[in-house]
Amino acid sequence: MNDLIDRALDTADRLGAQYADIRIVERRSEGLTVKNGALEAATSNVSAGFGIRVLVNGAWGFSSSAHLEPGEADRIAAEAVEIARASVTAQKEPVELDDTAPVTATFRTPYADDPFAVSLDDKLKILMEADAAMGRVPGIAIREGNVVAGREIKTFASSTGARIDQEIVEAGGGIEATAVNDSEVQQRSYPNSFGGQVVTGGFEAVRALDLVEHAQETAELAVALLDAPQCPSGEMDLIIDSTQVALQIHESCGHPTELDRVFGTEASFAGTSFLTTDKLGSLRYGSELVNIDADATAPGGLGTFGFDDEGVPAQNVPLIENGILVGYLTSRETAPRIGRQSMGSSRAWTWSQIPLIRMTNINLRPGNAGSLEDLIADTRDGIYMSVNKSWSIDDRRLNFQFGDQAGWIIKNGKRTQLVKNPTYTGITPRFWGSCDAICGLDEWTLWGLPNCGKGEPMQIGHVGHGAAPARFRNVQVGVGRW
Amino acid sequence: MVAGDRVDEILDLALAASTADATEALYTAEDSALTRFANNQIHQNVREHDAALQVRVIDQQRIGVAGTNRLDDAGIREVVERATAIAQRSEPNPRAAVMPEPDGRGHDPDLGFVAATADASADRRAEGARAVIAAGEDKGLQTSGSFSTGVGTVAVANSHGVRARHRATRAKLLTVMMDGYGAGAASGYAHAGATDLAEIDAEAIGRDAATKGDTMRGAGPLDPGEYEVILEEHAVAGLLEYLAYIGFSGLAHEEGRSFMDLGQRLMSEKVSIWDDGADPTGIPSTIDFEGLARQRVDLIDDGIAHAVVHDAATGSRAGTGSTGHALPAPSLYGPMPFNVFMAPGDTARTDLITGVKRGVWVTRFHYVNVVHPKKAILTGMTKDGTFLIEDGQITRPLMNFRFTQSIPEAFSDVRALGASTMLLPGEFLGTYRVPAAHLGSFNFTGVTSGEGGE
Repeated sequence: MNDLIDRALDTADRLGAQYADIRIVERRSEGLTVKNGALEAATSNVSAGFGIRVLVNGAWGFSSSAHLEPGEADRIAAEAVEIARASVTAQKEPVELDDTAPVTATFRTPYADDPFAVSLDDKLKILMEADAAMGRVPGIAIREGNVVAGREIKTFASSTGARIDQEIVEAGGGIEATAVNDSEVQQRSYPNSFGGQVVTGGFEAVRALDLVEHAQETAELAVALLDAPQCPSGEMDLIIDSTQVALQIHESCGHPTELDRVFGTEASFAGTSFLTTDKLGSLRYGSELVNIDADATAPGGLGTFGFDDEGVPAQNVPLIENGILVGYLTSRETAPRIGRQSMGSSRAWTWSQIPLIRMTNINLRPGNAGSLEDLIADTRDGIYMSVNKSWSIDDRRLNFQFGDQAGWIIKNGKRTQLVKNPTYTGITPRFWGSCDAICGLDEWTLWGLPNCGKGEPMQIGHVGHGAAPARFRNVQVGVGRW
Repeated sequence: MVAGDRVDEILDLALAASTADATEALYTAEDSALTRFANNQIHQNVREHDAALQVRVIDQQRIGVAGTNRLDDAGIREVVERATAIAQRSEPNPRAAVMPEPDGRGHDPDLGFVAATADASADRRAEGARAVIAAGEDKGLQTSGSFSTGVGTVAVANSHGVRARHRATRAKLLTVMMDGYGAGAASGYAHAGATDLAEIDAEAIGRDAATKGDTMRGAGPLDPGEYEVILEEHAVAGLLEYLAYIGFSGLAHEEGRSFMDLGQRLMSEKVSIWDDGADPTGIPSTIDFEGLARQRVDLIDDGIAHAVVHDAATGSRAGTGSTGHALPAPSLYGPMPFNVFMAPGDTARTDLITGVKRGVWVTRFHYVNVVHPKKAILTGMTKDGTFLIEDGQITRPLMNFRFTQSIPEAFSDVRALGASTMLLPGEFLGTYRVPAAHLGSFNFTGVTSGEGGE
């Protein structure tokens, strides 16, 4: 490996690169899916390769290959330089990196129970028992359960002397019940949609979900939703559970604080951001209760790591402080443009892709509203929504609409009628400005979100969001014709 | 890129290494490059070379799937061993343990392959980017976009005798041009895809987007509500992509999740939609990931839900057999159409607007997502060119709307379809050749705000 690294960096230097880095990555993944009592999918995948990024006359070039051989490193480094020289022909401002010091380090996410060492039988037992419990509920059409495991081993080295070895281990799982009739498809997922819960850690995290224990109630709710009345339309007080708060953070705070979006470099695909740098330190993003941090050091977070893919150490930095915009997710290229150093959020999904600014763990600090039941009891009239099933937001991250799997009407501080197809819509700073209660630490969960998409070519991102249930006043719910 | 002979060797080695009842070897390769620009300059420029082998074994109805991108002999043996080990520890699943037999249908292994596209250089893409940027600068617009070229290869062999290979190239150039980034600021868009790089006219794409962006200056609000709409081809393709995702799959239909009620009228009789991977006017993919030739499937025929697509497993259960639309195993999402066409109408594209008394012109949609799959209710935003139409004329640019709308319901009132079609790569999945459309009603449920949320 050292030979490959040396050849890549030496070749880039010899051909005129002012800066170069290389990532050598091996990613292993395993997945099991049980569907309607049968093992529907059992997969194991390995992908390994390297990517070389070079800066030539202030312009980027990148190439990658799966052939982990020194000769290939020469070829790919030369190709990256050639590509960078093409970039120079359409350059206005040369790229300048911050002065992050090169680091030599190793890092591993901790785990107790290696998810790759747990037998297929043990994993299957959990999924089959959960499936059977869901199957005992009349009216369920589709029962699914899954467990996943991931291990990424990567080495980063740069022409400035950085050398970092990391191992990130992930595990997760969840169940989902679907009920169907002539006009409806109703699903309920536990503990979350998007495949459940995924963390950095071992199989102990999957066991802690207790999928079997929650299977029956999950299925019963899916069936009950079929005959529930449609969510009413109108403006009302809204309580959303921690899974939905997590996605609300993701779409309306995580993405718009990505500084590359702010600077327009995602304009042609994912969009830009209303959180322009002239608003830093002054924009009232939310109510004074709203404090949001980007914490790449949070134990167990799916956005947890030791160093980002530019060699910057993981950090915990505030984005929103007492409702005011105070920070961004940054890279070595973007941070100097606001007079800062990178806070370490530049990551790539695979060896064949370049690092982009990605969320780490974007966490809403818990509040003092007690438990979810306390919050409902404190709400005279309103609606409570739980577990996301639909999401959309505009290219500036202002106008959003979410749909959840289940809603309950709140009357006189009590959760009453179940309603189906609940949706709500709003404008980001108005919505967060209407936040008047956030539940406490006991209700706070660091959710993993394994399906964040960004960039061209599209990259997947694994990120985390810590959240507790929260209340928002006078929100438009029940959107559209039903 | 792995030479063709070596691809055959890889498939043969994988099949030979397996002792299972049935074995499938799927080779996929991607050699692609993308030049990305924003703020009137190139800011990303990348190239990727990768190839992978996925092996599916079925032994006593127990299934194992494993993949690797280590394609030397040892790597091939290892992935077969891994798939076999998984199968040996699995439970039998007769419902999914289906591997296709050869069906005698032929396919063109090189349909859609253009050597000049495969060999496109970074300089060629930079040249295109510069032409687009220049068009934007002429109108004082900040230009972003991407210009990508690549070649994809799929080769499949299984122990029942299926053996097929296909490779195709694609070139894609899109641009968004803006005057500032504020809500209501000018924004224009253009996009083209082709198998042959020579068909991508960067100057024309730049001109189209710049003209539209220039016209969008001063966009103002309009109350949300139901309006007649002209949907440009980009907008039609964006909706079709989601219909394909949620409803045209044999698995979604089998499980009752699809809006496709076969034999029933879903849309206007003006609407016919089909999938055809062998049509050279699309971006062809002539085989699926189980190695079968893709058949033409008429999905919506004169407004009637006619058929859905199948892989070997769903086709076996439906009694239709595979239509050649399998995704790679284990295919939890079921089969998918990748090459979708919508029949044009007989109205010249420039005449579509003339019948609109008061309506909205939509260039494209952004961040579309599913609200209700069975009713095919989608939501999303308009983007990059939304205009008020009054008495058959565009009268002013509009700030972007949110829509929440059942798409079959919207396409039940088709006033006219454009006589020409445009080929557009999907945002996530497949390619779409579609006309522009004039619909009688479309439900806009919100409008975006000013930058401070006001």
